[in-house]
Amino acid sequence: MYLSIKAALAAVGAVLALSFASTAAAQGTIKIAYTDPLSGPFAQVGDANLKQMNFIIDYVNSKGGALGRKFELVPFDNKSQPSDALLALKSATDQNMPFIMQCSGSNIAAALMEGIEKHNDRNPDNRIIYLNCGAVATELTNEKCSFWHYRFDLNVAQKAEVMVKALPKNVDKVYLLNQDYLFGQSVQRDIKVFLAKNRPDVKVVGDELIPLGKIKDFSPYITKIKASGAQALLTGNWGPDMNLLIKAGIESGSNLSYYTFYAHLTGGPTAIGPAGDGKVYSVMTFSENHAVDIKNAQAEAWTKSFRDTHKFDFYAASFRTIFEMVQAGVNKAGSLDVTKIAYALEGLAVKDFLGYDAVMRKDDHQINSVYHVGAFQKTGIKYDSEGTGLGWKTVATVVAKDVEQPTSCKMKRPAIK
Amino acid sequence: MEVFLVTLLNGLVYGMLLFMLASGLTLIFSMMGVLNFAHASAYMLGAYFAYTVSLYAGFWVGLIAAPVICGLIGALIEQYGLRRVHRNGHIAELLFTFGLALVIEKVVQMSWGLIPVPYRIPPELDFALFKVYGTQFHAYRAFMLLVSALMFGSIWLALTRTRVGLVIQAALVHPEMVSALGHNVPRIFTMVFAAGTALAGLAGVIGGNYQTTEPSMAFSMGPIVFVVVVFGGLGSLLGCFIASLFMGLIQTFAVVLDYSLADLLKNFGVMVSSSTPFAELLTIPIPRIGALLPYALLVLILLFRPRGLMGTRDT
Repeated sequence: MYLSIKAALAAVGAVLALSFASTAAAQGTIKIAYTDPLSGPFAQVGDANLKQMNFIIDYVNSKGGALGRKFELVPFDNKSQPSDALLALKSATDQNMPFIMQCSGSNIAAALMEGIEKHNDRNPDNRIIYLNCGAVATELTNEKCSFWHYRFDLNVAQKAEVMVKALPKNVDKVYLLNQDYLFGQSVQRDIKVFLAKNRPDVKVVGDELIPLGKIKDFSPYITKIKASGAQALLTGNWGPDMNLLIKAGIESGSNLSYYTFYAHLTGGPTAIGPAGDGKVYSVMTFSENHAVDIKNAQAEAWTKSFRDTHKFDFYAASFRTIFEMVQAGVNKAGSLDVTKIAYALEGLAVKDFLGYDAVMRKDDHQINSVYHVGAFQKTGIKYDSEGTGLGWKTVATVVAKDVEQPTSCKMKRPAIK
Repeated sequence: MEVFLVTLLNGLVYGMLLFMLASGLTLIFSMMGVLNFAHASAYMLGAYFAYTVSLYAGFWVGLIAAPVICGLIGALIEQYGLRRVHRNGHIAELLFTFGLALVIEKVVQMSWGLIPVPYRIPPELDFALFKVYGTQFHAYRAFMLLVSALMFGSIWLALTRTRVGLVIQAALVHPEMVSALGHNVPRIFTMVFAAGTALAGLAGVIGGNYQTTEPSMAFSMGPIVFVVVVFGGLGSLLGCFIASLFMGLIQTFAVVLDYSLADLLKNFGVMVSSSTPFAELLTIPIPRIGALLPYALLVLILLFRPRGLMGTRDT
């Protein structure tokens, strides 16, 4: 009995010593918590993001990191639930991490933003910045804006405008299909606004909201879309909702064109397949063929080294912009004080690795960066996607200053001590 | 007319897939009186085994091998798991199967990964069979209909025309009497459980490449299968068949029926505007709640006819 108490104390002591040792070793890195669905129906998206982020962080660290420290990504699975994302936030702040990153799910983003506002208010010595890598509902940099939130992808209104401007002149009947939550409803509203503004000749013949991540068979929807007489389907769907929708559409043999936000993400090209030649368009920050088109050999070689070691293409140029901006912001702030870094990030302007301008606007913390419209086709491409023989070719480009839109954000700023 | 025909076909295919999955569960539920939460997990395992076997030996070998493996696993679960838990009552059995479902999901995640696996339709079946008013009807869907029809036919024949089937039917209702007559009732239980699990595995082989094969497929198919089983009634295969087709057709037709309660009221001259009380509820179109309808029907049938459509035992 006495011996076992001694043994227990020794064990506890050993564990404490080890944990101190590990935290001491990890003192040297700048930790970025990353929370996204890594299991469940949207696991594919989170997993692909994680792989690309690790690839980029290795590169940024090889260039020295920031303030002499390397970056370290700490993933947390949020299973597409806001409650789990808030648990991840708690873990991140418990470990004094200066950044938390999240891309998939505007509903989760909204929950995180609220949680972070409260936390940063109550804990001025342990603040955290939210790097939004993909939750694009327009409200998050308008009515719901927050000083601690930085959005590094164009919001729905901006993407909708790019998409509407890319609609060809001969299309006059469109069908809208989106996911039934904050983001999908944002897409639905904004596409209609920009259609009314830029293409009043186009008629919206159908407008549908589907439950998020639940539908496995889209053929009934395709039937309905065909019956409506629409020539183009405009959708913000992502993950399995995008892949299965396009799969059903192409399989039915219909003549629809698809204008999407996310058909270029992992699994999309495979779902489209060779039968989708010339039918699918997507708005994107990057495609490997774009680097070829603008004759940027260094960028091409860098993204090729990713494709050689992974089963899918590199599409997340915006992630590299995030890490390079964070690197610049930390260096500019000259310290790891989160409030100082937040002020340093505001208004920061960098050139992304393709040479295009990217500016983090001060008013609403929305990035304005280059965007392209890509067409999925067989001809004129050097790199194909996911072994299908077809790839993304840029058919239109909009630069940073042309994607700017007004904002209704009234940001409350903290005092700098 | 085009929409009606295509939707009818789609609904039939989905309904038959549900039937493949629910028929095994009906048999097990009727026999053991306990919900088998791990049934949908057998569906998932069937899909994954078929994927792995098809990587080495092709789809058709997987079609035979995967259900057999699932059946064997089912027999093991029944003999060494459920039989021991049975003496602790129904709740214990329920919890056991629920825990089993969670464990199986984690094991699948660890073995095959978190992201969906590329389990594809075999190229022999990957073509358009015929066109309905311009929409192609894929050959694989016809194959699904064929397999499920054969399955229904063979189960029904086995239960009603063979001796073993008659003994099973008797054991469903009067197990003590059947045991007293000298039949090995525990072994019958194991057999039925294994057969039910094998059927779920077969459903997985067929359905896994029609939908996506991923670790969350068990928990996404599970609930709707229970609805079908309870709605159809315990102990009745025909009830299960009708209920699956009914649920499949409802969910599919709900997508194309673009009406809401507000439209119905309009016919009676009542206009619903945004200031009308409950305006948000009244303007919800049916497609948006389509996935909810089966569960609403479940609640209704439990309230008014707990036996289910054609049940021979109370739920």
